[in-house]
Amino acid sequence: MKPAPFRYADPRSVSEALEVLAAEEGATVLAGGQSLLPLLSMRLAAPTTLVDLNRVPGLDAVEVTGDGVRVGALVRHAGLLADRAAARVQPLLARATANVAHPAIRNRGTTVGSIAHADPSGEMTSVLALTGGSVAVAAPSGSGTVGWRDLFVGPLETSLPAAAVVTSAFFPALPPRSGTAFAEVARRKGDYAVCGAGVVVTLDEDRRVAAVRASYVSVGLVPEVHDLTEAVAGAPVEKADWAAAGALARTLVEPDGDLHASADYRRLLVGVLTERTLTEAAAEAAERTP
Amino acid sequence: MTSVDTERTVRLTVNGVPRETTVPVRRLLSDALRHDLGLTGTHVGCEHGVCGACTVLVDGAPVRSCLVLAVQADGAAVTTVEGLARDDGRGGQVLHPVQEAFRECHALQCGFCTPGFLVTIAAGLEGRDPAAQITDEEVDDLVGGNLCRCTGYANIKEAVRHAAAAMGDAG
Amino acid sequence: MTTKLFGEPVRRREDARLITGRGRYLDDIGAGALAAAFVRSPHAHARIVDVDVDAALDVEGLVAIYTYEDLTGPLAEPLPVLIPHPQLHAPRTGYPLANGEVNHVGEPVVMVVATDRYVAEDAAERIAVTYEELPAVVGVDAARAAQHAVHEEIPDNVAARHHQETGDVEPALAASPRTLSFTQYVERSACMPLEGKGVHARWDADDRSLRVHTSTQASTSVRAAIAAKLQLSLDEVEVVAPDVGGGFGVKIVHPWPEELLVPMAAIALGREVKWTEDRREHFISSAHERQQRQEVSVGFDDDGRITALDVHVWHDNGAYTPYGIIVPIVTATQLVGPYVIPVYRVVVESVYTNTVIVTPYRGAGRPQGCFAMERTMDRIADALGLDRAVVRERNLIQPDQFPYDHHLTFQDGRPVIYDSGDYPALLGKLTALVGWDGVDALRDDAEARGKLLGVGMALYVEGTGPGPYEGGHVQVLGSGKVLVSTGLTTQGQGHETSFAQIVASELGVPIEDVEVTTGDTRRFPYAVGTFASRAAVMSGNAIALAARGVRVKALRIAADVLEADPGDLEIEDGVVQVRGTPGASIPLRTVAVLSNPLRYAFDEAAKQATQFATHDDTKPPVAEGDAPGLEHRDYYSPLRSTFASGAHAAVVEIDPATWEIDVVTYAVVHDCGNVVNPMIVEGQVHGGVAQGVGGALYERMAYDSDGQLQNASFMDFLMPYASEVPDIVIDHQQTPSPLNPLGIKGAGEAGVIPGSAALASAIEDAVGRRITSMPISPTELYDLMRSETAERTAASGRRTGVDA
Repeated sequence: MKPAPFRYADPRSVSEALEVLAAEEGATVLAGGQSLLPLLSMRLAAPTTLVDLNRVPGLDAVEVTGDGVRVGALVRHAGLLADRAAARVQPLLARATANVAHPAIRNRGTTVGSIAHADPSGEMTSVLALTGGSVAVAAPSGSGTVGWRDLFVGPLETSLPAAAVVTSAFFPALPPRSGTAFAEVARRKGDYAVCGAGVVVTLDEDRRVAAVRASYVSVGLVPEVHDLTEAVAGAPVEKADWAAAGALARTLVEPDGDLHASADYRRLLVGVLTERTLTEAAAEAAERTP
Repeated sequence: MTSVDTERTVRLTVNGVPRETTVPVRRLLSDALRHDLGLTGTHVGCEHGVCGACTVLVDGAPVRSCLVLAVQADGAAVTTVEGLARDDGRGGQVLHPVQEAFRECHALQCGFCTPGFLVTIAAGLEGRDPAAQITDEEVDDLVGGNLCRCTGYANIKEAVRHAAAAMGDAG
Repeated sequence: MTTKLFGEPVRRREDARLITGRGRYLDDIGAGALAAAFVRSPHAHARIVDVDVDAALDVEGLVAIYTYEDLTGPLAEPLPVLIPHPQLHAPRTGYPLANGEVNHVGEPVVMVVATDRYVAEDAAERIAVTYEELPAVVGVDAARAAQHAVHEEIPDNVAARHHQETGDVEPALAASPRTLSFTQYVERSACMPLEGKGVHARWDADDRSLRVHTSTQASTSVRAAIAAKLQLSLDEVEVVAPDVGGGFGVKIVHPWPEELLVPMAAIALGREVKWTEDRREHFISSAHERQQRQEVSVGFDDDGRITALDVHVWHDNGAYTPYGIIVPIVTATQLVGPYVIPVYRVVVESVYTNTVIVTPYRGAGRPQGCFAMERTMDRIADALGLDRAVVRERNLIQPDQFPYDHHLTFQDGRPVIYDSGDYPALLGKLTALVGWDGVDALRDDAEARGKLLGVGMALYVEGTGPGPYEGGHVQVLGSGKVLVSTGLTTQGQGHETSFAQIVASELGVPIEDVEVTTGDTRRFPYAVGTFASRAAVMSGNAIALAARGVRVKALRIAADVLEADPGDLEIEDGVVQVRGTPGASIPLRTVAVLSNPLRYAFDEAAKQATQFATHDDTKPPVAEGDAPGLEHRDYYSPLRSTFASGAHAAVVEIDPATWEIDVVTYAVVHDCGNVVNPMIVEGQVHGGVAQGVGGALYERMAYDSDGQLQNASFMDFLMPYASEVPDIVIDHQQTPSPLNPLGIKGAGEAGVIPGSAALASAIEDAVGRRITSMPISPTELYDLMRSETAERTAASGRRTGVDA
C-alpha cells in the first residue's frame, strides 16, 4: 500500500496552481489529503501530478459576515469546528463538522476539500446543499461561483473542470426565526454515517412553521435538499407533527444499500433522524423567534 | 515558475532536532520518519488513516503521518513518541506523565498502537486546563480515534485520567 | 519475603521500551534491506494461464522476480499440513507461490524484490497474470451444496468428517421427555493484530548462517520448516520473534509462504530481504475464523435437565487446511462447557471454500461451541418458562465431581477431563455481579425511557495449556544477573514480567536482576509455540522447574562454602544465608562464580573461582554428574490440559426506532486457577471482551458470491474503537489446577469466548425475537423485527401476555 509515482508541485499562489494544473495532464489538487492519500496508497487513484495548495497564502481564513460564512480552501475541519463566530451565523457548520471522522483527521482534512471530493457520505456536501451554499472556483477561463446544485454531478464527481481550484465555500447565514440540527447514525463513532440528517426549520412571525428543509448524508448519489414544509405548514411550533415530516421524508429519499445498511434501513433512519432533528431545530427556532 | 518535482529535500525539526532528508515526493511522512530518519517508534498499522498507530504531532497537532506526504512536512516541527520524554539534564530521561500513566495503568499490551495513543493524548492533555478535573467526555474524545486490538481500552482510559490528575498536581 | 512476587500486580518490565518508541518490531529491523511485494490473485478461483513479467523488468530498482517456476526442491512442493489427523481425509495446502491454480483472492502468485517497497509495488503492478476463471464456492452452505468444487478431486468439498460420541444419542433423544432442534450460524471474523505479519532474512555466506526475524507465534517450528524447505541444516538457521504487535492466533500458522520465500531470496541474492505485510494483504492473505453452521438437537426433562445432545457442525475451513481441523475439534469438544451432558454426539464436517484459510483466532472454535451450548440453554429455558440461570444451574457439573471426564478427545489428542472448578459458585457470583434478579426493574426503567432492555448470560469452560511441552532455562551470572529463556513467543502478554515474577519468587532474587528472553531459537531451541492460552501454564511451570533446579544447585554449592546443611539455607534478595544465623551468608552471584571452576581470571569476580583460590583437593573441580555454571534447563510436559472457566453476562439497551444496540453492562467472572499477575490477567480479560463484543456486534468478513472480500479495510471491517467497548465489571474465583506445580490455568483467550452467546441472549431477551446468527447489526436487527417468519420467543409472549 504505497502510492504509485507522481510529480509534485507546491505553488505559492492560485494562479501558479492553475498553471501547473493546466500544464500537467492528469494532475490533481491536494489540500488536506485525508481522502486522497488513502486512495493513492491503495493505488485506486494515480494522478500524474499533485498540486499541493497548502503553501498558497490567504486560503486559510474563515470570514464571517451577516450574510454567511466563507471558508477558505485550507481551513481545516478542526478550525471551522472551533470558530464560534461562524457557529453563531450558521450553527450547522459546527454541528456537522463535529461528526466528521476523528480529531486527528479533522486537524488535517479541509472543509472545502471534502466538498470538492463530492462524497455523498461527507457531512459538508450536505450542509452546503442545505444552506444553499456555493463554491468559489478559479479556473484558467477565469474565476466564478458555482452553486451547490450545479456543483455535484455524481458520487465523487463535480461539474468542475480538471484544471480548476476551489478556493472557498460560502455558507449563507441561518435566516431569522430559524433553527437547525444535525444528527447521524454511524456504526462506530467517527465512521462515515450510515445515515445523517441536517435540518432547518423556519417560523413565521406568529411562531407557526413556515419552512422545513432537510438534507441527508449517505442517502442518494448526490446531496439533495428536501422540502418537508407541507407536512407541518402553518402548525404552531409547539404542536407541529414532526413525525409526519419524518414520514414524508421517507417517501422522498432514494437510498441505496451497502455492507452496513440496507436501503430500507436507511429509509427508516431518514424518518427517525428527521423527526428527532426537527424537534430539536424547532425548539431552537422558537427560541430565536420573539 | 513553480517547480514540479519527483524528488525533494525535506528539512524539518523532529523532536526538537533539525533533520534533512532527500526523498521521492511520494514518500509518506510515516515512512520518512521510520525509514529515512530512523525513528521507528512511529508505527504503521493500516496506511489508510483509520487505526491511528502512525499519529504524530505536526506543529503541535495530532495528524496521521500515513496521510501526509513527507514533502508536505517541509519546514514543520514534528513530535514523535521518541520526543515525548525530556532529558533530565543528567543523561537520563523524564517520562511524560502519559507515558508514566500507561505503564502504571497497564494501558498497553503488545505496544504497537501505543505510540499513536501516547502522542495524541499528550497533545490533548497539554492543550487543556490542568487544574480542571477531566470529564468522561474528554477522556472518550482523547482515546476515541485510535484502534487498539489488545487492551479493550479500559486501562487506556484509566491512564488518561491518571495522567490528567498527575499533570493537575504538577501544574 | 520481598522477593515473593508470584500473585502480585507487578508493573510490566517490557513497557519501558514500548512507551518510549524503543520497541523492535519486525519492520523496525533491517534498515538497509531489500523489500519484497507480492502479486496476489484477484480471483477467488482460477487457473493461471500465463505470467508475463516483461513490463516490470525496466522498473528502476527492481532486483528480482520469482514465480512458481523458480522454486526448487521441497519449496516446489505444497506447504506442510501442520497438524495431520486421521479424520482429515482430504487435506490440501497451497504452494509458496501458486502452482497453476489459485483458490482464494489474495493467494500469492509472484514475488518481487526491489530496493524499497514503493518500487517493489511498482514492479508488481506491471506484472500481467492471465487467469481462466473458475466457479467460486463461497460460504458454508455453498460448500455443502457442492455444485462446484474448490479442489477438483474433492467434489463434495469435504476435507474432514470428525465424529465423537459418548453414548447412543438417537435412543436417548427419543426417550427424552422433550426435545428441541434448531439451526444457527456464526460468521467470519479475524484476529486482525495491529501489526501484520512480516519477515526479515539475512544470509551470511561466510558463516553459512541464516538469521530470520519473523512476526510469529512459533519461532522454533518456523526454524525447522525453513531448514527443511530450504534444505539447510538446522544449525545453519536461527529464527527470532522480535517484539510482535499482536497475534491472537494468526501468527501461529507457519510457515507462511513469505517465511520461506524471503529467506530463499536473501540467500539467492546475498542481500538482506524484508517483507512487511500491509493491511490489505493481511485481510486477503492471512487467516480468518469462526464461520460455522450448527444444527443442534437436544433432549431434556421438564426441569430443564439435558438428557441428550446431538450437534452437527458444518465448518468453513477456507481454501486449504494447513492447520488441520483443530478449530472444529475445539468447537466439538469445548461445546459441552460446564454442564453434565449424559449422552453427546458431535459430527463436524469441515468444508472447503474459495476464501482465505481458517485457522485459530483467539478462542479457536470455543466461541462457536459456547454459542451452540449456551443458546441451547436459552431455548430450553424459553420452552419451559424457566429462568435461564436456573436451567444452567440445574445442568452444572458439581464441585465434588472433579476430576470430571467428558469421555471426549481434545485437540491435543488427550482426554477431556476437567481438572478442577466450581461452576455453581461462578454462576452465583455472576448473577450477583450483574444484578440478574433485579432485571425487571431495569427493564421497566428502560421502557420508560423508550428503550428495550435485555439481559443475557453465557458460561464456558476452556481447555488451556495443552502440551506437548515447553522448556525453560535459568542461569545466574557472576554479575548477579539471572538470565531466563523459553522458546515460546510473546505478542503482548507480558511474559517478560510474569516469568520474571516466577523466577524471582522461586529463586529468591530481586526481579530487577532477572532478564527474560522468549521466542529466540539462539537462546532456547526447543518449544512448541504460543496458542491455546498455554504460555503461563507451560513455560511458566517449565521456568519454575528450571529455577528450582538452579536453587538446589546454588544451595549445594553454598552449603559447601558455608559448611552448612543445604536444608538450613535460604535465598533472599539474591543472598544465600543460613537460616537464623546472621552473617553466615554468600551472595548468589558469588555462588555463580564458584560454580564454574576456572584457570583464567578474566575479571575481578572470576579470581574467586581460579585454581589456586580453591582448596578442596579431595574431588575433581567438576564433580561427577555435575556441570559447570549455575544454570538449569527443565521442561514441563503435562498429562493433559487444564480447564479454566468463566461466566459473562450482558445488559443491552436497544433503541426501537433505530435498532441501535448499546451494551450498558458487561459482567465477567473469571477463574484461571492461581494467578501470577492479576493486573496482566485482568488486561487479558478486557482485551478478550472487546474482541467478543466486536465479534458479536461489529466485525464480519463480508464476501460476495464471487469470493471478493467486500470490506478489506479498517474503514469497513469494524473493529471497535473505545467508543464501542462497554465498561466491564470483573469478579474473580480461583480453583487451582492440581495438574501443574504452580496450580495455574491459562487466561489468554477466555474473555472472547462467551461474547456472541451472551449478547445474542441479551438481544433476544430485549426484542423477543429469536437470534439465530451472529454477529448482528442494527440493519439486520431491523430486518429481523420486520420479518414475518422470525420466531418470537415464548418469554416475550409471557411478558406481554401474548402467545408466541
